[in-house]
Amino acid sequence: MSKNSKLLTGPINLNNPITVQVLGICSALAVTVKLEPAIVMSISVIAVLALANVIISLLRNTIPSRIRIIVQLVVIAALVILVDQILKAYSPDVSKQLSVFVGLIITNCILMGRLEAFALGNKPWESFLDGIGNGSGYAIILIIVATVRELLGSGTLTLPAVGEIKVIPESFYQFGYENNGLMILPPMALIVVGIIIWVQRSKTRELIEEN
Amino acid sequence: MKLDTNGNLYTFIYAAVMVIIVAAVLAFTAIKLQPKQENNLKVEKMQNILQSVGIQSKVENAENLYKKYITKQIIVNTKGDELEGDAFAINLPAEAKAEVNSRKLPIFFAKLDDGTEKAVIPLTGKGLWGPIWGYLALESDFNTIYGVVFDHKGETPGLGAEINKDPFELPFKGKTLFEGNKFVSITLYKGGKGASAAAGDTNHGCDAISGGTITSKGLERMMKEEWLNNYEAYLAKNKK
Repeated sequence: MSKNSKLLTGPINLNNPITVQVLGICSALAVTVKLEPAIVMSISVIAVLALANVIISLLRNTIPSRIRIIVQLVVIAALVILVDQILKAYSPDVSKQLSVFVGLIITNCILMGRLEAFALGNKPWESFLDGIGNGSGYAIILIIVATVRELLGSGTLTLPAVGEIKVIPESFYQFGYENNGLMILPPMALIVVGIIIWVQRSKTRELIEEN
Repeated sequence: MKLDTNGNLYTFIYAAVMVIIVAAVLAFTAIKLQPKQENNLKVEKMQNILQSVGIQSKVENAENLYKKYITKQIIVNTKGDELEGDAFAINLPAEAKAEVNSRKLPIFFAKLDDGTEKAVIPLTGKGLWGPIWGYLALESDFNTIYGVVFDHKGETPGLGAEINKDPFELPFKGKTLFEGNKFVSITLYKGGKGASAAAGDTNHGCDAISGGTITSKGLERMMKEEWLNNYEAYLAKNKK
């Protein structure tokens, strides 16, 4: 049991896919301008990662090792297309907001990373937990980065089903406060992720290397 | 008997079976979901047309509101003559690629609660990453803009994607397409908020989006030489 719960909680802090393994940075950069796409993207990644992990884990003894990467890619791509089609049919609004990002899940290195490193050698249930855990670790960082960027860059927070909330009051702007346009540009995503890594490392003893 | 999962034959068969299964699953879902997806697109188009004349609709009531307010749909050609056909079904991007003289250009007419008539012209163009489109509602003088709706497939969130937000769309209201008898349409000015006012172009100028230069340029071309100019003959003929 404790081993299983470690599968869930490990990736959130000690083994976080973004800040520790430094995987999946590409989408952390692309979808974090606003909070809403970041949240929907997180949910989609968790779903696709958990399902792909289970499928690969079920097939793990039959997959020819020479084409295993191709098999993994086909499974991921098929799942992503399914998610995209279902969103288009049942939730066109969300699908429109995510637009190209759903397709970008295919290129998310966390997926290939987990399939190759975990699902190929573990049972389905453990792989499912590992998928949920890693997806959540990814989601947390994405949501923190998106909150910082949207708050400082646009002065708002956008939540699914609620819409845009103005957080910085109008009076601030009258006193000369200005949104930081730099926050909207891609480099700031990397800098924010860098700051998160820095804070996490200095707070967590286990992550500090000896030399 | 234990399977040799590294053998050539096994690998080939495995790959073939996998591809067939995946293809079947995807084809099945695509066909099953297609009617629903197409209906979503139709409803979205109705909602966009309604929104351009200032009527907010929900997915559930869009079809009824559309029937109520949109009184007439016509097709014109680039010479300004009316043609036969179903205006709603016209595929704009295909028309934009067609021979200039054979283009079919839809126009939708709306009659609002206050009795005024508006003409809605659908727009199509290219942004930075993909297609952009919109609906331009004109007053009955076929010159003054009553409202616009823009949308896009995948412009950069927070930058080019802002074309579908009120701060960008609202300033179009009241601008005119013609200067005297000359078709000038709308020009977008770089330089942030107030750039068009600073340039002194109050009748035909709007502010471009900072950081969304290529999307803004594409939108401007859509309002000028790449699409809206197709309607010039019809508009000039009916202009009051």
